[in-house]
Amino acid sequence: MNTVILLLITGVGLGALYFLVASGLSLIYGLMHVLNFAHGAFLTLGGLLGWEVGRRVGDGTWAGLIVSMLVGMAVGALFAVVTELVFIRRLYNRHIEQVLVTVGLGIASVALFEGIWGTDAIITNKVPWLRGTTTVLGARIPNHIWLLISVAALVLAAIVLFLRYTRYGLIIRAGVENRTMVTALGIDVRKSFTLVFAIGGAAAGLGGVLASVYYGNVSAHQGQSMLIYAFIVTVIGGLGSLTGAAIASVLVAVLQQFANFYLGGTGDLIIVLALAGVLLVRPSGLMGRKLS
Amino acid sequence: MASTTQPILRVEGLYARISGQQVVEDVSFSVAPTGVTALLGRNGVGKSSTIKAILGIIERDGTVEFDGERIDGLRTDRIVRRGIAYVPEDREVFASLTVEENLTLAVRQAEPNRALVDELFPELRTRSQQAAGTLSGGQQQMVSLARALLNDNRLILVDEPTKGLAPKLVFDVARVLKAAAETSPMLLVEQNLTVVRELAQDVVVLSGGRVVHRGPAAEFLDDERLVERHLGVAGAEDHHTPEGSGPDGGAR
Ligand SMILES: Nc1ncnc2c1ncn2[C@@H]1O[C@H](COP(=O)(O)OP(=O)(O)OP(=O)(O)O)[C@@H](O)[C@H]1O
Ligand SMILES: [Mg+2]
Repeated sequence: MNTVILLLITGVGLGALYFLVASGLSLIYGLMHVLNFAHGAFLTLGGLLGWEVGRRVGDGTWAGLIVSMLVGMAVGALFAVVTELVFIRRLYNRHIEQVLVTVGLGIASVALFEGIWGTDAIITNKVPWLRGTTTVLGARIPNHIWLLISVAALVLAAIVLFLRYTRYGLIIRAGVENRTMVTALGIDVRKSFTLVFAIGGAAAGLGGVLASVYYGNVSAHQGQSMLIYAFIVTVIGGLGSLTGAAIASVLVAVLQQFANFYLGGTGDLIIVLALAGVLLVRPSGLMGRKLS
Repeated sequence: MASTTQPILRVEGLYARISGQQVVEDVSFSVAPTGVTALLGRNGVGKSSTIKAILGIIERDGTVEFDGERIDGLRTDRIVRRGIAYVPEDREVFASLTVEENLTLAVRQAEPNRALVDELFPELRTRSQQAAGTLSGGQQQMVSLARALLNDNRLILVDEPTKGLAPKLVFDVARVLKAAAETSPMLLVEQNLTVVRELAQDVVVLSGGRVVHRGPAAEFLDDERLVERHLGVAGAEDHHTPEGSGPDGGAR
């Protein structure tokens, strides 16, 4: 029983991390039909620069962590906006080229990060409380899980409110459905492209800082490995659906945790099988629109 | 009614392709600064494509002049913001958005014509919080028309507004179009010839992506041989009574 609770809650925590990456991927795909393979680089750079600034402000303190998170978000957003303006925008409606350029950017970024920070993971210091545990129904839950879950929940709520109650949110929701008609109403939809990149990049950058808390290290490769899971989550949830991404993040991570524990470390295999299963039964994902 | 005043829209040598296929070929015509110009032709001749090419929704070549200025190099949203409203074939309302959100999104000016829209479409007011995707076809068409009429337009492009509607609704839509055409010129694609006779002063007829006839509407509609040749229907529409079921080749 303890183990089940532990796996469940840590699974939700890992899912929170997946969601921070998948939310941006899903929004970007939904609006622009771009599969952004550079998204992992937003996370990595957010994590690395967040750590660099945060440890100088206060290594292993709350102040340092909060500064890292803010820096991570800002760095992720900025990197994403530059990516959109410099690369994606010039390739408007050329989806293959857009994908290729993001793949290239992802690979080049990793090489650059390795050049600066080395190829090995760098151990990070944690806020003392986050190193402790809290007992829930007999299970000792690492405290950093609560941080991950609450931050991801805040991000989800913020994005939902933004989409529902702002003009840009309205444009993005309409654009996900029918981009041509949005422009035919006289709206310059490209501004909202930049905006979804900024939002997605900020979430990923924040995810980078939280990943360093979760894994206890930063590395030039963190984003790339996270990206694979995030893509699986995004496809299972339904490309373009934020709610789908949230639900699938938690499902995938929990499934992964249980399989790793009970089925001898087969977590990755199981989620790939789950992906195949969802694609066979519901090709557009759990919450996705029918593919046209 | 080839007037001496300058046309609001002048199309000259317009070409357009969709996925490599030529769908509009060397099309030239103009839209009078007042009243309704009808764009006619059988299914698949390129009427919708012509409108999309004017708006830059599909790749195009050629000259498009709006109120004396070239717009053929502009992006769609820029063209629309010059004061051109578009009511697309098949409505294209945003299904997951509410009626109210659909309308809000379409507003281009500080003071939209809310009163006019409420008066023309009282039903939309009572359904303002309903998801547009759950509306009936007729109600969706009202949303689509309302989106256009919320703004003061200098030209309205309307693509088959009565397609698939019951005769009573065809009449309602025709009435709305007539009211709209009093304040703004209109280019109207319409298969229901009764509606065309009721509204249009000029016609432009397409066949195989090309213009095959241009002239006053009444003259064209009265010439049964021309109508038969270009539209494939006998010109036997029920004159001046839009309730009548005119030949509407709109069904697919
Ligand atoms: N998305 C598309 N892909 C490929 N061909 C297309 C596409 N849209 C239109 N076409 C082709 O372009 C031609 C013109 O189509 P268009 O929709 O402009 O005709 P239309 O006159 O509006 O017809 P209708 O009266 O049926 O609405 C047709 O042959 C059609 O098959
Ligand atoms: Mg058409």
